[in-house]
Amino acid sequence: MIWNPEIECADRQQLHEIQSKRLARTIQRLYDNVPFYRNKLNEAGIKPGDVGSVDQLKRLPFTTKTDLRDNYPFGLFTVPQSDVVRIHASSGTTGKPTVVGYTQHDLEIWAEVVARSLTMAGIHGGDTIQIAYGYGPFTGGLGLHYGAEKVGATVIPISTGNTKKQLQFMTDFGATILACTPSYAAHLGESIRKEGISPEEIKLRTGVFGAEPWTNEMRSEIEQLLQIKAYDIYGLSEVIGPGVSMECECQCGNHIFEDHFIPEIIDPETLEVLPDGELGELVFTSVSKVAMPLLRYRTRDLTRLHREKCDCGRTLVRMDKCLGRTDDMLIIRGVNVFPTQIEAVLMEITETSPHYQLIIKRENNLDSLEILVEIDEKNWSDSIRELEGIRGRIDHNIKSMLGISAKIRLVEPNSIERSEGKAKRVIDHRKC
Amino acid sequence: MHIKQLSVFLEDRSGRLTELTRILAENDVNITALSVAETADYGIVRMVVGRPELAKKVLEEAGFSIGLTDVVCVNIPDKPGSLYRILQILTEEKINIDYMYAFSNNDVALAVIRAADMQQVTEVLQNNRMRLLSASDLYQL
Repeated sequence: MIWNPEIECADRQQLHEIQSKRLARTIQRLYDNVPFYRNKLNEAGIKPGDVGSVDQLKRLPFTTKTDLRDNYPFGLFTVPQSDVVRIHASSGTTGKPTVVGYTQHDLEIWAEVVARSLTMAGIHGGDTIQIAYGYGPFTGGLGLHYGAEKVGATVIPISTGNTKKQLQFMTDFGATILACTPSYAAHLGESIRKEGISPEEIKLRTGVFGAEPWTNEMRSEIEQLLQIKAYDIYGLSEVIGPGVSMECECQCGNHIFEDHFIPEIIDPETLEVLPDGELGELVFTSVSKVAMPLLRYRTRDLTRLHREKCDCGRTLVRMDKCLGRTDDMLIIRGVNVFPTQIEAVLMEITETSPHYQLIIKRENNLDSLEILVEIDEKNWSDSIRELEGIRGRIDHNIKSMLGISAKIRLVEPNSIERSEGKAKRVIDHRKC
Repeated sequence: MHIKQLSVFLEDRSGRLTELTRILAENDVNITALSVAETADYGIVRMVVGRPELAKKVLEEAGFSIGLTDVVCVNIPDKPGSLYRILQILTEEKINIDYMYAFSNNDVALAVIRAADMQQVTEVLQNNRMRLLSASDLYQL
């Protein structure tokens, strides 16, 4: 099923026209209402009306997270606060939170793209969706919520946490869909096993997971634990929230709803636009939002774009699963390491659980990487030889994947702290 | 004639073994035999206890990872050469022992043995008239 075939399967020329028209309108709105953008556009020598085509996107100035913080809280709004009907804010672990605002029109767009996303995963009226993303300033919960209502599903707005209640609602209300972070999905799957709930009591069919980078190996693990098909939903509050892009049944990347959010891939060093298929930083220009559209917002997510037509029939550009954020990248002994690479290795080892933690230290000017891996609660051998064999296999695979060696430490099940939101995978003592 | 041995995976953290024995004590579980195999980072505690199912349940509730492993417990005379005789029999049958631990008291010695094929171990020892302890000899009533 396709929610909006007119757009999702539009021919490229038609899409190009929609994008160009909306881009021109957005630049005009920003120039007229936001001093920050008027200055930036003036500096770049661009007047509204100069940009009549999306092909000229690369002339426009970038926007960064720092710009959002500098204009805290409402400096980038194009409308008076009376027109803003909702405000969301990021967690803001470093410095001020990033604030985003929505008009009624913006919320309708958001519900539309989430409805497209859920439909893409085969979700429809009659489904019962348990939304275990956080409800609140974080966009996950409310973002999924209105899209789910739009497709006519029954929503259980349970938010994060309280695993016992999650399992009770899941079984008693017959939830068919689970939406949360992948790490929490894995935790719920393990809890189901631990509580001895029989598979017949669980009606789950599909999972919609996002808000943190995860690998295909993690996907298989979750699919097996919960006996579901798991889909990746991508988004960030600066662009709109969840529903910027979504995986279809082909699972060959996420389709970006580019009638609203135009993607580019740039080299994060030179800022040059890279051709399709090359790995670089994902940049979005939001062209239909009213309250807070952004020009060329640097997401810091690393991925690739593909434009070949998808087997599902959609013509929308696809992005690969994110390798990670540029700020997630660790440099260990001069080697670039993404936590997702380590996750991919660990997920191939069946005797360990999907929970891990990376600890990085610097001793005597030398970086050391320690990887804590939980042994699988049910499936572990009490023979030291076998346990050491598992450790040896992880050690070897990490070394051949990353080119650096790590100390592998097997730890007790459930000893690594579980997160109900985004998982805390990395503890970097070098930053302390 | 297999005995259920309790195996516990323990991280190398101080107080973990004390915690384990505290829980067993509070639940009135008697430990007949115990050994610890350790590496730099973790250890495996192997125990023959009076109430293995109860012990497994209460330890799991307390967050320990418990495995139940089949082992045999052989009763051998406490005199020179007894253990040698058992091992000789197993070697002749090409049985490779994964691990074992033994203790003796009052003329009786007990050896707990684990190998890949526990069925074979049992048969070989019984065919050689070795006395294997049964669950009822060890478990608390």
